[in-house]
This record gives sequence, structure tokens and C-alpha cells, in this order.
Amino acid sequence: MAIELDGKSYETDEEGYLIDLSQWNDQLANEMAKADGAALDENHWEVINFLREYYEEYQIAPAVRVLTKAVGKKLGKDKGTSKYLYELFPYGPAKQACKYAGLPKPTGCV
Amino acid sequence: MASKKFLYVNRKAPHGSIYALESLEVVLIGAAFEQEVTLAFIDDGVYQLLKNQDSSAIGSKNFSPTYRALGDYDVNQIYVERESLELRGLTKEDLMPLTWEDEDDDWAEKDSIHVVSSAELAEVIEQQDVLLNF
Repeated sequence: MAIELDGKSYETDEEGYLIDLSQWNDQLANEMAKADGAALDENHWEVINFLREYYEEYQIAPAVRVLTKAVGKKLGKDKGTSKYLYELFPYGPAKQACKYAGLPKPTGCV
Repeated sequence: MASKKFLYVNRKAPHGSIYALESLEVVLIGAAFEQEVTLAFIDDGVYQLLKNQDSSAIGSKNFSPTYRALGDYDVNQIYVERESLELRGLTKEDLMPLTWEDEDDDWAEKDSIHVVSSAELAEVIEQQDVLLNF
């Protein structure tokens, strides 16, 4: 599978996760969201940017339980709940947000 | 599902075989399902925790930063066999600092690594429900 955007082709796996992490950019994330019928606002971006930083540091995408805890610590307790994250990313915060962030599907994600 | 005590025993060098990376991935999956996870590093397995690893010359992904995420996964019982370190001329100072934050103690940062003798490690093994060797 591939996403075509501005004359460039972005290879993805069968679930829509970007193959080459270094190809990622903001427009691509917006395009992926649009395909899911979603629009990204600043709250989405906060989580997406957090995931990219986490991956940069640890070389993995965190499991949802870890993400929830870490978001609560970094962005405030009111945001570190699965309710808040599921409202932003109804397909599952780790799964869906990681996809938009251009990261592989989280280890242990079912 | 009742939680069981899982011990992952790591005996091989980080690169040259897939064991170390596979073990780490299984550990993260097991921890995501809220099992009680303990790790042991014996023999060449102690090399997995060396700091400042650089695998670029062998074209293999350096996954060592991922060990530092274990604390986030509530994996904070990491035992390293002292005899294995000594045989390789290593000390705890040669290993990456691995820590976890204790939520019940105002997020105090605590050390996850315990360097123990072979005899002490045997006692840790004795307490487990499931043993997985890598």
C-alpha cells in the first residue's frame, strides 16, 4: 500500500503504518487522519509529538497503558486518562496516534 | 486472569543472534498484560546492558535505548549475576543506569538493577512461576 501526496509516494504496510519513519511530515499525518474521517487539532498534535519524542528516546512506541501514564505526567493529570485519549483517538490511542506519528504499531498492541 | 511471576533469563550477547531482541519484545508484551516480570542477565547476556552501545558498523539496529523504557512498563526487577560481570572484567558502572519511578513515593527515581551472586540469583529463580530462557 502507498499514500500519494503532492506528487510523492509514501509506502505503508497493510494496516497503513508508514514503512520509512524518516519520510514522515505534518501533511502526511493530516492526510492519514483525513482518510480515517478525522481532523487533527492541537490536542491531537500534543500526543503525536509526544509519541515521536518517546520513540526518538527509546526506539519503541509505548503500549497504551504506558502512554496514558506518561501523557498524564508530561501534559497534565486531566489528559492522562484513557477517556481523554480515546476521545481524541477513537480507534485506540496507541494504535491510531502512532500511525499518524509515522511510527510502527506498538509492541504488545492487540 | 491471575497474574503470574515470569522470569526472563538472558544469556546471549545483544547482536549476532536474535535472542536478545526477541526477549526484550516478549518482555514488553508480557508487561503490557500486567504480569509480574523479572529479568535476569547471566553469561554473555550481561553485554545487553552495556552503556554507549553502537551497532552501526554491523548494520544492526541498536535497540539498547529500549531497555531504559522498562521502568515505564513497571519492569523494575532486573538481576545481573556478579560472577558473569567479573569474568568479563565489567562492573555495574559499565552498565546503563536503569531506573523506575515509584508512584507511591512521590515519583522517586529508583534503581532497577540489582547485581547479585549466583547463589542469590538461584533464590530469585526459586520464587518464579514461569521461566523463559533466551
